[in-house]
Amino acid sequence: MALETTTMTMTQDPILKVEHLSMRFGGLMAINDFSFEAYRGDITALIGPNGAGKTTVFNCITGFYKPTMGMITMKQQSGKEYLLERLPDFEITKHAKVARTFQNIRMFSGMTVLENLLVAQHNKLMLASGYTVLGLLGFPAYRQASREATELAKHWLEKASLMDRADDPAGDLPYGAQRRLEIARAMCTGPELLCLDEPAAGLNPRESHALNELLQGIRSDTGTSILLIEHDMSVVMEISDHVVVLEYGQKISDGTPDFVKNDPRVIAAYLGVEDEEVEQVIEQIEEIEGGQGGTKQ
Amino acid sequence: MANIASTTASAGTEVTARALRESVFAGLITLGLFVLFVGLKTDQNIRNELILTQRWGLLAIFVIIAMVGRFLMVAYVQPRLAQRKAEKAAAPEVAKEESFFSRNFSTIAIAALILYPPVIVALTGVQGSLKWVDNFGIQILIYVMLAWGLNIVVGLAGLLDLGYVAFYAVGAYSYALLSTYLGLSFWVLLPVAGLLAACWGVVLGFPVLRLRGDYLAIVTLAFGEIIRLVLINWTEVTKGTFGVSGIAKATLFGIKFDASKDGFAALMGLPISSVYYKIFLFYLILGLCLITAFVTIRMRRMPIGRAWEALREDEIACRSLGINTVTTKLTAFAMGAMFGGIAGSFFAVRQGFVSPESFVFLESAVILAIVVLGGMGSLTGIAIAAIVMIGGTEILRELTFMKLIFGPNFTPELYRMLIFGLAMVVVMVWKPRGFVGSREPTAFLRERKAVSGSFTKEGHG
Repeated sequence: MALETTTMTMTQDPILKVEHLSMRFGGLMAINDFSFEAYRGDITALIGPNGAGKTTVFNCITGFYKPTMGMITMKQQSGKEYLLERLPDFEITKHAKVARTFQNIRMFSGMTVLENLLVAQHNKLMLASGYTVLGLLGFPAYRQASREATELAKHWLEKASLMDRADDPAGDLPYGAQRRLEIARAMCTGPELLCLDEPAAGLNPRESHALNELLQGIRSDTGTSILLIEHDMSVVMEISDHVVVLEYGQKISDGTPDFVKNDPRVIAAYLGVEDEEVEQVIEQIEEIEGGQGGTKQ
Repeated sequence: MANIASTTASAGTEVTARALRESVFAGLITLGLFVLFVGLKTDQNIRNELILTQRWGLLAIFVIIAMVGRFLMVAYVQPRLAQRKAEKAAAPEVAKEESFFSRNFSTIAIAALILYPPVIVALTGVQGSLKWVDNFGIQILIYVMLAWGLNIVVGLAGLLDLGYVAFYAVGAYSYALLSTYLGLSFWVLLPVAGLLAACWGVVLGFPVLRLRGDYLAIVTLAFGEIIRLVLINWTEVTKGTFGVSGIAKATLFGIKFDASKDGFAALMGLPISSVYYKIFLFYLILGLCLITAFVTIRMRRMPIGRAWEALREDEIACRSLGINTVTTKLTAFAMGAMFGGIAGSFFAVRQGFVSPESFVFLESAVILAIVVLGGMGSLTGIAIAAIVMIGGTEILRELTFMKLIFGPNFTPELYRMLIFGLAMVVVMVWKPRGFVGSREPTAFLRERKAVSGSFTKEGHG
C-alpha cells in the first residue's frame, strides 16, 4: 500500500501543490503546516470530521482567505504556474483556471438558469464585446461570441440535465438541481481544476448517484481535475482516486480510498477509540509509519 | 332556490349593518382624534392674545370622510376583494394572452410622448401649453432620466446610493461654469458634463468599494452633502448660495430661440413665444431619456450588465466566477453618474440658473423613491412612478377647487410631502416590489419568462 502511494507521486503530474499551508484566525490555528498534492486528471477528495479546516483550505486555494503561511502552486496543462496565495480571488478563476462551488449554494437566484451560465463566461464575453464599447455599438464579434457562449451553456445544461429548466429563475429550482447548476456554472468558466465544497450535501441517494456520474463525466470529457470536500462516503469512496484526511488542521492520512479506509488514524479520528485501546492504536500507527519510512528509503 | 336567495339577501343586510356600525365607530374615533387638532384652533391677535377659533365645519368634513370611507370599505370593497380572491383560487391558472397594448407598450408610450407637445398646443393654445409642456412634460422627463440613471446603480448593481443628486449637481455646475467662463456651447458641454460626473462617480466609488448596505448608504449620503457644501462655500467660482445665473441657452444647429431677427420664431415665420424653446427642450430631454433607456437595455444584455445584476444577487459567487467586482462596481457608479450629469446639464440649460438649493438631500430621496416605487430594475415601472410622483405633485397645484371645500387659505401643494408619504406607504403595501416587480431575463433559450420579484434580491449595498 505504502509503495503504491510513493509510485503514484513519481509517475503522476501534480496540478495543485499545497506546501506548508497554515492559516491562523487570531489565536486559533485553523490549518497547521498542511501539505498535499492533487494530481492532474484525478478526483481528489479532502475529508475530515466537522471543523477540521477543510473549507478553510478551500478558501485559501480559491483566494477567499489569504493564508498566514505556505505556498499553493497551480500548474496548468500548458506548464504555466501560478502561486495562488498571491492572486486576488477573481484572478484565480480568471487566469489560474481554478473554479469553485460553495457549501451553502450561491446562486444568482433572480436570474434564469441560462443567465447564470452566461455570467460565468463573463471574462470571455467581456473581451469579445470590446469591454462593452464595441458590443454597445453592435459589432458582430460580440453577437458571434454570445452565440458561442449560449452553445457552451447549452452543453452544460444538457450535462447537468437542466435543459427544460433553462428559462426558469435559478431560485425556483429544487435543491439537487441547484447543486448541479452550481457545478455547471463553475464549469462554464473553463477551469482546469474544479473545487467542490460538499457537492452531495443534502442530496438523496438517487441524486448523489447522478452527481457521481456528472463528476465522472466532467473528468473523462474535459480532463478537468476535481478537488472535493465531502462527508458522503459513498461519493468519496466511489469516485475519488486519491483521498486526503484532515483533522484539527493537520493531515492525518493521504492515499488511495482503500488505504485511507483502513488507516487506524482515520478510523480513530472518525469513530474515536476507547481509552484502553489508545496504546494499541498508537502502536499500529507507529508500525505503519516505520514501514512507510522503510520503503521510501 | 328561494332559500339561497334569502340567505344571500340576509348576508347582504348583515354586511350593510356591520358596515354602518363600523362607520359609526370610525366616525367616533375620528371625532375623538381631531376634535382638538382640527375643531379648535388658537390664533394670536394684534395684541398678542390667544383667540380660540372654532372650526366645526372642517371637523365635520373629516368625520364624514372617515365614516363614508369606512362604510364603503366594509360594505363594498372588502366583499369584492374576498370574492375576487375566491374566484382566483377557484379558477385554474390560464396562460394570459398579452393584449396588443401591453405588448407594444413602449412603442405606444414613445409615440404618445412625441405627439404630446403638438396635441397640447392644439388643445390649450400656444400660451396655455407652456405650463403643460414645461411643468409636466420636461419636469417629469428630467426625473425619469435621473431615476433611470440611478436605476443602474441601485436597481441593477444593488448598490444603495443616497447621494445621487451630487452627480446631478456636478453636471449642472459643469455646464453652468464652463459655459459662463469658457463660452462653450451646450452641445459640447453635454457630453463633457456627463464625463465629469462619471469621473466623480468613480471618485465616490473608490472609497466605498468595501462598504455594503447601510454603511454604503451613509457614505454616499455624506458625499452628496460634501458636493453641496463645496458648491455653497467655494464662492469665488460657484458664487455660493447666489448661484450661477444667466446661463446660455441651448441652440438648435446654431439657431437661437429668442426674439431676434434670426431666431427660431422669426425664421419659421411664427409668432414670438417662449413655447418653442420649451418644446425644443421637451424633445431634447425626451431624446436624452430614450438614449438612457436604449443604453440601459443594451447594457443589460452585455456581460457588464449581467455582471451588475449578478453582483446584486451574490457578490461572493461573482468573485468565484472570475468577475472583477471592483471594476464592475465602478462602472455601475460611473454609468449612473454619467446619466445624472447629463440630466444635470440639461437642468441648468432649462432653468438658466443653478444654485446649491436645487441639490438638497430631498432630491436624492425623491429619485430613490421613484426607483423603488417603480420596481428596481424596471424601466417601465420607473417611468410610471416618475409620472405618478412628479406629475402628482404638479397636479396638486392645479387643484384650485379644493379651496371651495377647505376655504380660501387652503393650498394643496403644502400637503405634498404628506400625500407623497402616504402614497408610498400604500404602494409598498399593495405592491412591495414596486409597480413592475418582475424582472425581464436578458437571454432565453425557448421562451422569455419574467422572473418573479420574490426571487430577485435587492442587493446588499
